[in-house]
Amino acid sequence: MTHDTRHDDTFVLGGQALESRLFIGTGKYGTDALIPAVADASGSQVITVALRRVDLGNPKGNVLAHIPAHMRLLPNTSGARTVDEAVRIARLARAAGCGDWIKIEIISDSRYLLPDGYATARATEILAAEGFTVLPYMNPDLYVARDLENAGAAAIMPLGAPIGTNRGLRTREMIGILIEEMSLPIVVDAGIGKPSEACDAMEMGAAACLVNTAIASAGDPVAMARAFGEAVRAGRRAFLARAGRVLDGRAEASSPLTGFLGGQA
Amino acid sequence: MTIVVNGHEVACEDGVTLLVLLGRQGLDPRTVVVERNGTIVKAEAFGDMGLEQGDTLEILHFVGGG
Repeated sequence: MTHDTRHDDTFVLGGQALESRLFIGTGKYGTDALIPAVADASGSQVITVALRRVDLGNPKGNVLAHIPAHMRLLPNTSGARTVDEAVRIARLARAAGCGDWIKIEIISDSRYLLPDGYATARATEILAAEGFTVLPYMNPDLYVARDLENAGAAAIMPLGAPIGTNRGLRTREMIGILIEEMSLPIVVDAGIGKPSEACDAMEMGAAACLVNTAIASAGDPVAMARAFGEAVRAGRRAFLARAGRVLDGRAEASSPLTGFLGGQA
Repeated sequence: MTIVVNGHEVACEDGVTLLVLLGRQGLDPRTVVVERNGTIVKAEAFGDMGLEQGDTLEILHFVGGG
């Protein structure tokens, strides 16, 4: 990991101290061989993977071979449409030796891929009780957020925009409410398309951002991974620095208003 | 005997172990996770698990995802 993507403070999640607040994904890369360079450039320490049936006709392509050993794996339950399917996938992922972190995705809406809040809360309750560190993907709704906290989530992952769209922080106001009202860490997931948007989320007080498509679909994914690492770092530093006040209706000079050249003494 | 692997019928001899079956499919047992008849099989049990007529196996591995 490069030192310039480390942050001024540490994010402790599921008992692990994280120096980087950027989480990355492994989907949609033209070749998985890009993943080590992307991971290194991003500075990220958390990376998502999905669990699927082996294609018996072509039994290759295990993505784990491309993931740096120091990274924390965050398997997702993508493909799950019900509580039972998500719980089943989570248990399989843990049995595969990938640790006990799980990103819950329960989606039965195939057009916008929006998460089912009620089912997600039920799966969170079951898996948290089994000792998983549960990170549920969710719509940024305060009541769903509270249900997820009560169910034992370690953090919540509100969407900025629908998955894979690169449309940015369309839910910005609602994410701001979650940051304000919830004590759980907020990890903005889905929809972030540009580093400036990740930076914005971090400036608002998000604990971390998860970015997959924006990096994987960039013309130069490695350079974009570095840009996201820097943007998330900058946003976090700005949040900690506390932004100055906003002045409306008039200007306020930044330079002294006295001692002009040729003026009176 | 016949078993069902990831939805496909596979013919094999009686008593073949899960470990042998994985090898025949070209799979590294360290990279997969297996459900047999809906129950997760621990990796250390692959070599001792004799398969039976009608068994249904789900063999999964990790792929790219967000």
